[in-house]
Amino acid sequence: MSAAPSMFRPRLGRRRTIGRVFAALCLLLTVAAMFILAALIVTVFRAGLPSLSRKFLANMPSVLTPEEAGMNSAIWGTLWLIGCTALFSVPVGVGAAVYLEEYAPNNRITRFIKLNIANLAGVPSIVYGILGLAVFVRWLRLDRSVISGALTLSLLIVPVIIIAAREALAAVPGSIRQAAYALGATRWQTVRHHVLPAALPGMMTGVILALSRSIGETAPLIMIGALTYVAFTPGGSFTEDYPQTLGGAYEWFSTALTDQFTAMPIQIYDWASRPQPEFHQLAAAGIAVLLCVLIIMNATAVAVRAFRQRKSS
Amino acid sequence: MGGLLRKTKEAAIHFGLFACALVSVLTTAGIIWVLASESIAFFQEVSLVDFLFGTRWAPLLAPRSFGVLPLIGGTCLVAVGALLVAVPIGLATAIFLSEYAPPWFRQVAKPVLEVLAGVPTIVYGFFALMFITPRVLQPLLPQTEVFNAASAAIVIGIMIVPTISSLCDDAFRAVPRALREGAYALSATKLEVSTRVVLPAALSGVVASALLALARAIGETMAVTLAAGMTPKLTINPLQSIQTMTAYIVQVSLGDTPAGSIEYQTIFAVGMTLFLITLAINLIAQRVLRRFREAYE
Repeated sequence: MSAAPSMFRPRLGRRRTIGRVFAALCLLLTVAAMFILAALIVTVFRAGLPSLSRKFLANMPSVLTPEEAGMNSAIWGTLWLIGCTALFSVPVGVGAAVYLEEYAPNNRITRFIKLNIANLAGVPSIVYGILGLAVFVRWLRLDRSVISGALTLSLLIVPVIIIAAREALAAVPGSIRQAAYALGATRWQTVRHHVLPAALPGMMTGVILALSRSIGETAPLIMIGALTYVAFTPGGSFTEDYPQTLGGAYEWFSTALTDQFTAMPIQIYDWASRPQPEFHQLAAAGIAVLLCVLIIMNATAVAVRAFRQRKSS
Repeated sequence: MGGLLRKTKEAAIHFGLFACALVSVLTTAGIIWVLASESIAFFQEVSLVDFLFGTRWAPLLAPRSFGVLPLIGGTCLVAVGALLVAVPIGLATAIFLSEYAPPWFRQVAKPVLEVLAGVPTIVYGFFALMFITPRVLQPLLPQTEVFNAASAAIVIGIMIVPTISSLCDDAFRAVPRALREGAYALSATKLEVSTRVVLPAALSGVVASALLALARAIGETMAVTLAAGMTPKLTINPLQSIQTMTAYIVQVSLGDTPAGSIEYQTIFAVGMTLFLITLAINLIAQRVLRRFREAYE
């Protein structure tokens, strides 16, 4: 306990200089990450610009004539895929979240389900592709169809939706539930008429972000065998031009669901993995279209969140 | 009014919601069942020892060999490289955002960083193949191959920066203000407070974020498939073409391998290995994270 006072040299000036250098370094690295994002976007758009035209959106992919190739079938494939994925995954994800937040007793089973969901969210997407290949494509014999792809992507994003929806439900104040119960509402009436409407904007943000994640997923779709040359849109093999009756519409819909498909990320991978530079330009143009779709979806999610914050404040 | 009817309806809804929650359990069961059943068939042909410790992976060409180490080595090379990029950038970003940055900068930076995680991995793969390798790596290091582990590691590193920065930022902000004030009162500089008070206090959060990022890097598929190559090789030279576990699974599924053949079964054996590795890392990360949450309550 006899530290000689003369041994202590504050050297404050030097320490402050080192501190400033460190702060500058941290700022540099923070900005570097954003700079790389900007470089990525600029590179892709510049490389793809010559191919971006109305023709690119309207034409079918072509192996022989890259200058005539387009991603029409890929865009429609993605739309069908995401529509069906939303149809399957949103009810299940929201239902599971409502169960876990509003109904579940705090027991072993509930804790197991919660732990299980947290772990599922960390499973690599390609493992879901293996599951989809074995269960939907081979076992249920759904083949390389839109419905196989949508079911696989649904399994992939259900954990993400559950986590987002649970957060939204947990943010609803308990007093709203208490008030509903005090007026004699049943548990479902409380959830249906009071909790769900209050949690809706938060849930929508989470759902849109989850769906936008599934739009870019490539690996699970390749696993179920979606990387094939497809020059028609889902439902395109249906014989009539437009279904005239309800039965016709049903038939058209089920044809579309069991049709082979391609999707935007699949088409991009196909082009990017070919050696010729003409196809690389097409890949860049495809990425530009994909990024535009993602930006629109993310902006919508952010707008919904901002709207909710303004309303609640 | 219809008390029984109402009770039945409530019970039916309760059961329906429970069934929704059960889907996640069934998914896990399905993954384990699918991977295990085909892997068991695979391990009747190939011994577990040969699989785990063999150093040559050549399942598609004779003479066949099923040593998974080159795939695991390739995966580790890319994942460790990605962490070498992501940990300094992510940590520096988190320190800057939580300790230095004014609020307006945080509000701009956080969503922009989130975009990095939202860009599809196929886009990163294309960027690595078309930009990082020919414009950055090859001019600097001419011996770089067209397909190389380094370019994939760099883009995956960029992709997982938000995983690290946002979790570390949360961990830093959970450190009580009193600890910082105490250090400032002893005339510590901001650097000393950040690195010797805040960082050690939030260390478990930092470790957990790095582990979660590692699990993501290991499971990443499209960037390595496009940019890192298709040649399974045990090497620590990141400028060479390698193959990861995920890229191998994609390679097999692109070909026409009949169900039931040994080539088909390899994707389940490799998938099982991948699943177990990422699951173990995720479980450790969750345990570390739980500990850190208890620290200051």
